[in-house]
Amino acid sequence: MAKKIIELKNITKSFDGQVVLDNISLDIYDNEFLTLLGPSGCGKTTLLRLIGGFETPDAGDILFTGERINDLPPHKRNVNTVFQRYALFPHLNVFENVAFPLRERKVPRDEIEARVTEMLSMVALTGFERRAVTSLSGGQQQRVAIARSLVGRPQVLLLDEPLAALDLKLRKDMQQELKKIQKATGVTFVFVTHDQEEALSMSDTIVVISEGRIQQIGTSLDVYNEPKNAFVADFIGESNIVDGVMLADRSVSFSGHTFDCVDGGFGKNEAVDVVVRPEDVDIVPEEKGHLTGVVTSVTFMGVHYEVIVDIGGFKWMIQTTDFVDVDEHIGLFIEPDAIHIMKKSKYSGLYGDYASFSNEFDELSDAESEADE
Amino acid sequence: MRQEKKSRRGSLVTGVTSAPYELWAVIFILVPLAFVAYYAFTDNAFRFTTANVARFFTATSSVTGADGDPVQTRTYLVIAWRSVKLAVIATAVCLLLGYPLAYIISRASAKAQKTMMTLIMIPMWMNFLIRTYAWMTILQDTGILNNFLAALRLGRVHIIGTQTAVIIGMVYDYLPYMILPLYSIMAKMDYRLIEAARDLGCAPAGVLRRVILPLSMPGVVNGITMVLIPSISTFYISQKLGDGMFFLLGDAIEGQYVAGNLHFAAAIAFILMVALLAAMALMRHLTDKYTYGGQ
Ligand SMILES: Nc1ncnc2c1ncn2[C@@H]1O[C@H](COP(=O)(O)OP(=O)(O)OP(=O)(O)O)[C@@H](O)[C@H]1O
Ligand SMILES: [Mg+2]
Repeated sequence: MAKKIIELKNITKSFDGQVVLDNISLDIYDNEFLTLLGPSGCGKTTLLRLIGGFETPDAGDILFTGERINDLPPHKRNVNTVFQRYALFPHLNVFENVAFPLRERKVPRDEIEARVTEMLSMVALTGFERRAVTSLSGGQQQRVAIARSLVGRPQVLLLDEPLAALDLKLRKDMQQELKKIQKATGVTFVFVTHDQEEALSMSDTIVVISEGRIQQIGTSLDVYNEPKNAFVADFIGESNIVDGVMLADRSVSFSGHTFDCVDGGFGKNEAVDVVVRPEDVDIVPEEKGHLTGVVTSVTFMGVHYEVIVDIGGFKWMIQTTDFVDVDEHIGLFIEPDAIHIMKKSKYSGLYGDYASFSNEFDELSDAESEADE
Repeated sequence: MRQEKKSRRGSLVTGVTSAPYELWAVIFILVPLAFVAYYAFTDNAFRFTTANVARFFTATSSVTGADGDPVQTRTYLVIAWRSVKLAVIATAVCLLLGYPLAYIISRASAKAQKTMMTLIMIPMWMNFLIRTYAWMTILQDTGILNNFLAALRLGRVHIIGTQTAVIIGMVYDYLPYMILPLYSIMAKMDYRLIEAARDLGCAPAGVLRRVILPLSMPGVVNGITMVLIPSISTFYISQKLGDGMFFLLGDAIEGQYVAGNLHFAAAIAFILMVALLAAMALMRHLTDKYTYGGQ
């Protein structure tokens, strides 16, 4: 078992009477790529700032390799941060930005030269040493910031939405790059994002946060396949979330049909939330389906079609490679292991219905912005 | 196509809108300067002469030396040296007081910043004669300061008529001109850079030396320029607070002018101006070369 490097114990933090982090407990392990995932304003940056030493918790403890560091100032923590908007020093060139933490520690000249050069080559910026940081592109500035925060060999690197400002293509490349750097250096990464795809593809552990509370901690597969509640199910990937009743272990009833499933351990006739992922539903002739419904919209997405089906007034999303037509009556077939049962939570009923979902709005706004050009 | 038309229109627009500034500069800067130069290089009959300028460098007077014997000194060079010395000291004091003050203000809440900046500007609204007289009443041997010290049984200090009094007067007059440029650059400074420096291992002193100071250098240069130049040519303060013991270039110009020696007064002013322009040019050059953000 890997050793714990950071432990957060019952952390609470408020600003102006508004609770921003509510009883957060989290263990971060050595060598791990951990992602804090959640919508804007849920407290991700605040959590990073607590670990970095820029805020102190109102209640609870932060331990670093077992020692309490609640009041330790940032410069004494063996933790570095890549800030949400890089924060490169405009009065220093690329080399001096990266050399900054080493000069502070009075590292000998040739060692600085060697370590900075090595870092710049790792982030593919060899030859940029004398350039002004203000003359670099967003992606290049980003890589300088990463080199600068790794050159001092911290035990933990905190990254606050480091890829948010980059375009999609560059972003994908940098995701790979970051993952590679993390593997190569063995530094623990605590990575913040509100992009669920980014979180799924990069992380060893994902921590899903909403409204200052941890909703679920788990691997990418865990949070995708076994979401704890409706919030997680909706936030990570697409989900149809419907009300159901657990009739017995491995038997659940929803949308007017009783299904076999693989979950158990609920009370008899307990009300539950049922999650079915859009890609796990098969379209079959009407008479062969567990459920039947009417197609209300079909959108071509490249690899698959996104089909919205009205089943007794509830709109389901289905992803399929088979073409169906609007107004067609179809049957839906759902395998037992495609059904995931969750306990009811305060998020029940808020998510998972595609009634208001429409690609038409996207198309309309796209057309408008093209006309502007 | 479209761009070409735009840029032509742009140059026309800037041409028209910048004309008033050029006119302004000619009327209020160049014409007076030309007059100063004209007077400096002419005699009472307005014939060309270099005698006025030469007199500045050659005039001598006799003072009592350290051993009691009279010594010949170059009158105006001594005054010029004294002016520069006092101005440099006053500027240094302004910088030492103004820098931390500007930093503290720039880090306060928006409301506190406004209040503090207003407090700093208020003395500038008062006539400088009144400010100088106020300092006289404060610093006199029987003035407010000494009465206060006496009341605390701390004894009395003799300040009025000393170099210290002159410097206090100058610092008080020019401190706002130091704080303003410093504050405006510090208020714009990105706080995240300071956090980044802390994150990368800098203790507060390191943050100041390696990030805040270099980033505020243009403000330091501007502040020094704004204080040094008026304090070199200042007058009256030294007459009132220095008891006439610290005759400065500004006083010399005023004295010659009042005595009716317009041409010599102009010569002193001209020499001072050339020296200041040279100093400013040098300062600009050094700023461009050695600090980030110099124009
Ligand atoms: N210094 C502060 N003073 C007052 N409120 C603050 C402060 N810092 C953060 N907050 C509030 O705390 C909440 C969480 O902010 P935080 O920056 O941690 O969110 P986030 O999850 O990082 O969001 P984003 O994805 O938009 O960056 C927000 O409501 C924010 O307004
Ligand atoms: Mg944030």
